[in-house]
Amino acid sequence: MDLTFLAFFAPFIAAVFAPFLVRLLGHNAAWVLAVVPALIFAHFAGFLPEVADGGQVTGGVQWIPTFNVNFSWLIDGLSLTFALLISGIGTLIVLYAGGYMKGHPQQGRFLCFILMFMGAMQGLVLSDSFFMFFVFWELTSITSFLLIGFNHSAERSRRAAMQALVVTGGGGLILLAGLIFLWNMTGVSEFSLLLGTGDLVRESPFYLAALILVLGGAFTKSAQFPLHFWLPNAMEAPTPVSAYLHSATMVKAGVYLVMRLNPVLGETVAWETILPLFGGATLLVGTFLAVRQTDLKLMLAYTTVASLGLLVMLTGFGTEKAIEGAVLYLVAHSLFKGALFMVAGNVDHEAGTRDVTKLGGLLAAMPITFGAAILSAFSMAGLPPFVGFLAKEEIYYGIAASDPWSIFITAVAIVGNALMLVIGLAVAVKPFLGPKIETPKSAHEAPLLMFAGPVLLAALSLAAALWSGLFHQFISSPMASAVAGVPLEITISIVPKPGLALTLSIVTIALGVALYFGLAGLRSAMAATLKAIGWGPDHGFDQFMQGLVRLSVVLTRTLQNGRMEFYMTVTFVLLALWLFRTMFVADEWPALPAFPVLSIYEWVTVLIIAIGLIAIVRAKNRLTAIVSLGIQGFAVAILFMLMGAPDLSFTQFMVETLTVVILALAMTRLRLSPQDHRSAGQTMLGGTIAVACGVALTFILLQILQTPFDRTLTDFFNLYSYSIAQGRNIVNVILVDFRGVDTFGEIGVVMVAGLAILALLRIVPKRSLGSAPAPRIPEAEPVAVGRD
Amino acid sequence: MRTLIFRATAPYLTALMLLYSIFVLLRGHNEPGGGFIGGLIAASALAIYGIACGVSPVRRAIRYHPMAISGFGLFLGAIAGIFSLFAGVPYMTGLWVYPTVFGVELKLSTTLIFDIGVYLVVLGAITSIALALEEKERD
Repeated sequence: MDLTFLAFFAPFIAAVFAPFLVRLLGHNAAWVLAVVPALIFAHFAGFLPEVADGGQVTGGVQWIPTFNVNFSWLIDGLSLTFALLISGIGTLIVLYAGGYMKGHPQQGRFLCFILMFMGAMQGLVLSDSFFMFFVFWELTSITSFLLIGFNHSAERSRRAAMQALVVTGGGGLILLAGLIFLWNMTGVSEFSLLLGTGDLVRESPFYLAALILVLGGAFTKSAQFPLHFWLPNAMEAPTPVSAYLHSATMVKAGVYLVMRLNPVLGETVAWETILPLFGGATLLVGTFLAVRQTDLKLMLAYTTVASLGLLVMLTGFGTEKAIEGAVLYLVAHSLFKGALFMVAGNVDHEAGTRDVTKLGGLLAAMPITFGAAILSAFSMAGLPPFVGFLAKEEIYYGIAASDPWSIFITAVAIVGNALMLVIGLAVAVKPFLGPKIETPKSAHEAPLLMFAGPVLLAALSLAAALWSGLFHQFISSPMASAVAGVPLEITISIVPKPGLALTLSIVTIALGVALYFGLAGLRSAMAATLKAIGWGPDHGFDQFMQGLVRLSVVLTRTLQNGRMEFYMTVTFVLLALWLFRTMFVADEWPALPAFPVLSIYEWVTVLIIAIGLIAIVRAKNRLTAIVSLGIQGFAVAILFMLMGAPDLSFTQFMVETLTVVILALAMTRLRLSPQDHRSAGQTMLGGTIAVACGVALTFILLQILQTPFDRTLTDFFNLYSYSIAQGRNIVNVILVDFRGVDTFGEIGVVMVAGLAILALLRIVPKRSLGSAPAPRIPEAEPVAVGRD
Repeated sequence: MRTLIFRATAPYLTALMLLYSIFVLLRGHNEPGGGFIGGLIAASALAIYGIACGVSPVRRAIRYHPMAISGFGLFLGAIAGIFSLFAGVPYMTGLWVYPTVFGVELKLSTTLIFDIGVYLVVLGAITSIALALEEKERD
């Protein structure tokens, strides 16, 4: 079997075994489970040389051949880098979760969810087929829901989980619409083929619609303003989740999508306006909101929002250097943000608080964690010699130009980057340096399981910059080429080259350091501003959900008001109107048929029908009416028999019998008054509707009979009923043989209807529900059917 | 409805109708009849028995919950089609065998199994509704 195919499913298989392993080995099960993502990492690392040479690997198996849907994957620079980040950081996260969640009664379940998420995310980035991509996309939303709501006894967790699911899951549905648009426009449903369609999509009249739908999916997933609010709320999840899903991987799925489609959708005015605009707004909003926070995780979460904004902005900016900058920054961000989240988790775990104002002087107690923190923070701040510096230089090369749009975007980037430097320092420096502050727990160094991750990631931030040649050759250049759609080669190294970019970097750093010392003032100013605004999208989400609930209540009350009379009236009025409308629109009215010549017994039968009908209308007692209904039904059945349709007549007899019996029994149960108490007006209304339906049906039947009869089917069944299906009763042969699958569906419906009726009968009305009080007319002991 | 005559004749009537319903079911492939109509006849037979003698004798007589009978019918309907998969033809293709029993050649087929499934579904569903309605509110 293809190992790549196995790699798709390996995380899910590991997820199944996780709870058992934890029961067996305790928190050390993490060592065993981490082998799975490590092996996947090794497998994908094997593709590096081929992809670095500009190759791409595709493969797959047929899934639904009828619709040309395949289980296919695409490994190029973009998806390979993502796959390596997911499995690599995933390995560290599994280990970290082993230490962080040590002793938690549900550690097995937690590791199971994390591994399932890993499988979903890996599937997402490697999928070639749109449909697989969509399935994995929604699967990441669902697993993220499970992980955010992991502490399900806390109401805040549940709300955050629900919010994330609504926003990202809803965005996924919008994305599906977008993908179907792309499929329809190009006729291909695989990214590898889509990338070869050239300008087909850009020149389509539906380009803008497809673009907006695709971005709807990407922006919700990657928390772009104003739908960013779910990401900070998702910090309710345990820290390994925040480090993995909400910084390094899942939230980048939207960025991945935008990058993946850049060669197809990009280089248009709409693309180069919408993306920088939303991305830039997200960058500024994210950094400013981060400044206000004092919780380590929330500070990091808002800078994640900001970073995603920066990535979207750069991808949409359109120059090659900007794309190179985005690629470098994406990798750098995954490394430093994953590490910083784990650092925040360590501080929280060991010191007992995440509030940055209550932390200080932890350096002596936690030197290793501090080392990882400060290295990562330098990378985040864009200082040499870290990969963050490379990214920032490349970004400034990409966007700095003399036209107003570029100046504007550059200004946004400088402010955003400066504020990110502030937050990076605040997270990495403030808790560790300065005077010692008493913390709830007496802090000491985190165990190996917990510092292995941040230390390794911090080291990688350094290594990628020091050996930038290798890094560019195998990771960043292939990835940038895939995003741009043309071969690119990144050359930036840690040796600073004097020029505009370096100047801008220095400006950024100076601004950041200045702001860092004024952080307290900045924080209170932000808090005051937000208080003055009052309303935010987070609150808007609650209002939206409340509105949705209210709307559904109103709709249900209107459409399902529980009044049988109302349902019947609407149904039959619509039936009559529809039948008349059909004849009216077609302007085909039946001609009056020739008066039939009937023999005496046929006349008698017709007479019985008439008597039955009169009896129904005139009956004072409900039971009499029901029995009269049966009389005219039987008479109709006799007519069928006389006209030569024994099958139909047979069935009609049985149906009539059972209708009378069941109606009578139902009446007994309902305890209605035996008398009909309707007013003259109601009777008139009912009569009018009944006559209208009757006339309409008669007309349409006459019309049908007056159109020439097509004998094709009749001849077919006459010919084949006996020769193929060995039966002379054509009706039965059609039911059980020719259209057997239909019949199977129908008997399924019969059974479900029976179950539903049974369930309804079992409900004992305790109190009147809603606007429709259950009819209760006392001392009414109506008909005596089946009673003692 | 608990007149003596009705109560005395109902069991025989029910037995006859059930027998007849099976007859109708089996002749269905060539003459008027079939699983659906057979099921309806059987259901009304049980309904008559219930009206005459009460619900619990009926429940005792049929032994299984009518919904379970219905479910078994659906199951039969489903597996009737699966036989053809083993024969390498599309799902629900009719397969026929002609064994000779006591000198008479019988025509047996998967469509017959399917028709029996239809019969049981209709019988079970309608009977469960009728019995539930006949039952007093707390029974």
